[in-house]
Amino acid sequence: MTHRLGYLKETPSQTAGPYVHIGLAPGAAGFEIYDQELGRDIAGPNAAGERIRVEGVVTDGTGAPVKDVLLEAWQANAAGIYAHPEHAGEVEDGFRGWGRVITDFATGEWGFDTVKPGPVAGRNGQPMAPHISLWIVARGINVGLSTRLYFDDEKDANAADPVLNLIEWEQRRQTLIARRSTRDGKAVYRLDIRLQGGDETVFFDI
Amino acid sequence: MAKPGDFYQRDRRWHPPALAPDYKTSVTRSPRLPLISLENSASETTGPVFGHNDIAAADNDLLTNFANPGESPVGERIILHGRVLDENARPVPNTLVEIWQANASGRYRHKKDTYLGALDPNFGGCGRTLTDEDGGYRFRTIKPGAYPWRNGINDWRPAHIHVSVFGSGFTQRLITQLYFEGDPLIPRCPIVNSISDPDAVNMLIARLDMNATIPLDTIAYRFDIVLRGRRSTLFENRMEGN
Repeated sequence: MTHRLGYLKETPSQTAGPYVHIGLAPGAAGFEIYDQELGRDIAGPNAAGERIRVEGVVTDGTGAPVKDVLLEAWQANAAGIYAHPEHAGEVEDGFRGWGRVITDFATGEWGFDTVKPGPVAGRNGQPMAPHISLWIVARGINVGLSTRLYFDDEKDANAADPVLNLIEWEQRRQTLIARRSTRDGKAVYRLDIRLQGGDETVFFDI
Repeated sequence: MAKPGDFYQRDRRWHPPALAPDYKTSVTRSPRLPLISLENSASETTGPVFGHNDIAAADNDLLTNFANPGESPVGERIILHGRVLDENARPVPNTLVEIWQANASGRYRHKKDTYLGALDPNFGGCGRTLTDEDGGYRFRTIKPGAYPWRNGINDWRPAHIHVSVFGSGFTQRLITQLYFEGDPLIPRCPIVNSISDPDAVNMLIARLDMNATIPLDTIAYRFDIVLRGRRSTLFENRMEGN
């Protein structure tokens, strides 16, 4: 006699389609319906740490910008704490660590303002270099893609990061590292994401 | 003290593959190199938390949330309800569920949608709600229409509603689509057919639920959503979990 395990299967993913904005960013679809759209302010006004801008473009296998992407960002605060009840420590009032951003319909450029996160304790307490988790959906993407953004001015922390070091091909690690520049006195990090091709971004099965 | 452990690995064979050639857009938007497998860290087991201050109570009523006062959208009035559970069949409470859809004529309220179907002045096409303590959620809306799309020359999407769910950890993040029981377009759809297992497709079909209808008012469909499960307990003498 066999016993059935009591597990369910996860609901299968389906593409977010070209009109994801209607549901998750209706202002971008061309109409206002909610009192507030979610995910527009990642850090809030009280967060400590350096204020930064993060920018990039997502390109497809032909090198063309993907103009209907929705990205979500998830990050710790400057002290390495996530705004979540399971994570020990307090975050600043108004710090959510979560953001939602869409690409420009004409150019495919995306960007958001936040604070630079601090190092986060990883598995077994091993520190992870400062990073922002990104989740990418769009028409033609059947299961949302998970990746991470690291910072090029954290060379020592990046070299010791347990996740970057999982990537056997050293040159592929570079696809996760955003380049710092300065614009109008403010730090800007740029990370271009390539869905496919010789310099394809590293995506994770988390 | 017991803490929740790692999430179960996602069964990628149950999901559509990145490259599904009959769904043409996936051809140039699918990563071709293997995904790098990560064990959970705090970056994956935590995720955004939402509360009632984030949304309005009426956001889950698509019959009224965009309608002019005293007017209603055109179409079949439906209740869409169900529960959000995890793979251990436990309810997922207080999680954000967001939906979006075309109107009864198959037209989206989106500046990029150019389909011939009429825009409905009383229908926005989006809603959101938080699950209750039992994982339950509920929307009022209209049944969306089928519409043609540029894939094959004569491809039509079955009537569908897009569903976005969070769960408690960022690794549970999910966007899917629900279809309606009995729709003959379901087995013809290249996006549906990107899923190979018929049992998996079956999970995406909302069921007519006559017990939840409101007589002379609204017909009902039930759609349960399952997010990834996680190991029950993290013991201090076995920090890796069970």
